[in-house]
Amino acid sequence: MGVGRRMKKQGPPEPLDEAHFTNLKRKAGMSVAESRAESQQYTNSKKRRTNGGAEGKGKKNSAGATSTKGKFTNSLPSQKSAPKKSKKPELIPLPMSDEEMEDEDSDEADLMGDEFDDLSGEEEDGGLGDDFLESGSEVYDSDEDQRAKPMFSEDEDELDAEEKLTAANIAGLTRKLDEQMAEEAADAQAELEEAALQTNIAGDRPHILDDDSEDGDGIKSKALLAPDLQLRRNRINDTVRVLDDFSNLAEEGRSRAEYTAQLIKDICAYYGYSEYLAEKLFNLFPPKEAFAFFEANETPRPVVIRTNTLRTHRRDLAQALINRGVTLEPVGKWSKIGLQIFESAVPLGATPEYLAGHYILQAASSFLPVMALAPQEHERVLDMAAAPGGKTTHIAALMKNTGCIFANDSNKSRAKGLIGNIHRLGAKNTIVCNYDAREFPKVIGGFDRVLLDAPCSGTGVIAKDPSVKTNKTEKDFLMLPHLQKQLLLAAIDSVDHASKTGGYIVYSTCSVTVEENEQVVQYALSKRPNVKLVETGLVFGKEGFTAYMGKTFDKSLKMTRRYYPHAYNVDGFFVSKFKKFGPSPKGSAASNGVSKEADDELDFDKRPVPETEEEEKADAFGGWDEEEDAEYMERARRAMLKKKGINPKANVGDMSKKMNGKDRKQSKDT
Amino acid sequence: MRPLTEAETQTLFAKLANYTGNSLKNLIAPLDNSPKGDRYVFRIQNSRCYYVRLSLANLAVSVSRDKLLSLGTCLGKFTKTGKFRLHITALPILADNARYKLWVKANGEMPFLYGSHVVKAQVGRWSEDCPEHQGVVVYSMNDTPLGFGVTARSTQEARRLDPTGITCFRQADCGEYLRDEDSLFATTN
Repeated sequence: MGVGRRMKKQGPPEPLDEAHFTNLKRKAGMSVAESRAESQQYTNSKKRRTNGGAEGKGKKNSAGATSTKGKFTNSLPSQKSAPKKSKKPELIPLPMSDEEMEDEDSDEADLMGDEFDDLSGEEEDGGLGDDFLESGSEVYDSDEDQRAKPMFSEDEDELDAEEKLTAANIAGLTRKLDEQMAEEAADAQAELEEAALQTNIAGDRPHILDDDSEDGDGIKSKALLAPDLQLRRNRINDTVRVLDDFSNLAEEGRSRAEYTAQLIKDICAYYGYSEYLAEKLFNLFPPKEAFAFFEANETPRPVVIRTNTLRTHRRDLAQALINRGVTLEPVGKWSKIGLQIFESAVPLGATPEYLAGHYILQAASSFLPVMALAPQEHERVLDMAAAPGGKTTHIAALMKNTGCIFANDSNKSRAKGLIGNIHRLGAKNTIVCNYDAREFPKVIGGFDRVLLDAPCSGTGVIAKDPSVKTNKTEKDFLMLPHLQKQLLLAAIDSVDHASKTGGYIVYSTCSVTVEENEQVVQYALSKRPNVKLVETGLVFGKEGFTAYMGKTFDKSLKMTRRYYPHAYNVDGFFVSKFKKFGPSPKGSAASNGVSKEADDELDFDKRPVPETEEEEKADAFGGWDEEEDAEYMERARRAMLKKKGINPKANVGDMSKKMNGKDRKQSKDT
Repeated sequence: MRPLTEAETQTLFAKLANYTGNSLKNLIAPLDNSPKGDRYVFRIQNSRCYYVRLSLANLAVSVSRDKLLSLGTCLGKFTKTGKFRLHITALPILADNARYKLWVKANGEMPFLYGSHVVKAQVGRWSEDCPEHQGVVVYSMNDTPLGFGVTARSTQEARRLDPTGITCFRQADCGEYLRDEDSLFATTN
């Protein structure tokens, strides 16, 4: 029966019931005349349907939906639809006609019932069309609707027209077509104008400006009252936009600094950074990029595993893991051993393959320093901060278990995981020790390559460890670089410059700040003139800074590489590679262990280097003009004495050694 | 770090021979035939025994005793009573030279890695002519070594065993890398 069919054809019951109800009401409200007209329409529509049966079916199925849709659209824009709507409730209290009609049509009633549903749907479609037409003429709706409208009308017109089409009225038809085209052209023109109006955001700009002025003035009270994250986000967006195009978008009388301060404040509140760190990180990038960086720190990096080539091949491993229900693909063209994991049905840290040492979970960025180090077989390599062993075992795999790797870590408890990984992955050429890495050239030196993945603040891995956002203070950014500088000098001194195959040092951190990266490298370059930076050999990454906030670094710092989470979807990272081409200066740790302590202190106290060393250096590096410098040295000495409150002239007698020079100097002055 | 004493060597070799049989001598054979060729040696450090290339052991002397945590491959440790206990870290060496082998089916892999013995139903295949209480290396069906143990029955007897009967007592399995990481490489004693 009809109802059954209807129920069958129309999907979920709840919306259907409503539609059904409204349909019934509508039918009930119809006068006989109307119903007749409808039936006529119906027959027409039937004809049409014979043309396109599938289309009709589709409509039938969605009858309920369309009726509700019709309501929506009707209620939306135009006034003309309103009377139509009001008409139905008016006519509702005439149920008899409906009953009669159904009786009359008894045989076809079922069918008709269905078709009527349809019909009402179609009628509404027609109504929709009208609405659209009208709204179209008003040039009001969005483009899509406008586009939809002519198509609708055209379709229907064409269908009718085809029937009447004869050779005689072709001319008329073409005229009609012309008219249509003209209309369309007019529409398109109007549309264009409208679009032009919209893109020429005359109204948009002041709006933003207002926003910003609000930011500027009422922000503090706002910040206290409403910690509305969405609001804040919008404001960050706006501020970034303004900062990007400051001359055009900024409000008059407001400085860039004000906007920046506002933005940093917002970032602190929105992402939960300490103000100090937010500012530090913000200053690394242009505003837009900084925003992207902070955004990227909120999303986790992809899980990556490294194939242990000592035990298996990437293809075999991928196959084995796929069989366990892991979705993966190669991490990129730059690595032949990395696999990126998308999802896994099993815990990746406990599969038989993992336990058998076929792979290790390792961030993609951790591949980079080892790739830069490029250890060769039969070399002696030092990994100064090895735990938890991802990089150490990578080195072992690249060396195919030949040669020798010293894996050092100063933390004994972390060394356990290191030993575990070394054994699990089957590295046989490692010696694990737990010295303070600064002792190193004293323990054993003469390495072909040294990897220093220095302990750092972890500003590159905030996504992994969000506690960095708040727990890093100014002190950390003084202490860590200090340690890193010591470590890097120790690393340089541990390398054998005469090595046939090597003589390289790789310094890397998982931090993005300049203090821990470029400045440390710069320090090493100035302290150890026997090293130079070389290309890392990595195919991607941004160049290191050669100038930052008024500081200028060596040109060769271009050869270092920086990695950002927003740029490459890897952890923030820094990689630099040194080549040692001469022996470390005499008195430094490498040359003899005895004077090491004293010299180290000197190095890090930044007191002037002792004269003997100066002379020593002078031979190798361009000479030292005593005469020229005597004046400056003398002046500095006197300034220092004055500062201490001692009269430099009265003090002359003490300086037995410098006496002559000084006298000469004084006489020159007078 | 020091070489093994005579008694220690004997204990160790007896233990290893239980798994490797005659191929034990492959362990100590020189790597190449040149007069100064490298070879593997055994070293004791902190009561743990390491199997390591001689050249590596010579380099390791420069590391002081209390700072040296590991070198080469750890085989196991000497107990205070003078016995030797093999650790899972010795698996690669045993697997390379194993005399008797046992393969477990996929359904037996995880139970074994979680520390249970191998029951007959899980055995995919095993070396024939294996006597009782003989050291065997346990592999998965795709020849990945998973651990080692001793047979509970000889192969002949095991044939008559019901499917839930234990064929191999587990001694060490790869799961220990996760389960026993703290005690396995403990450096406190």
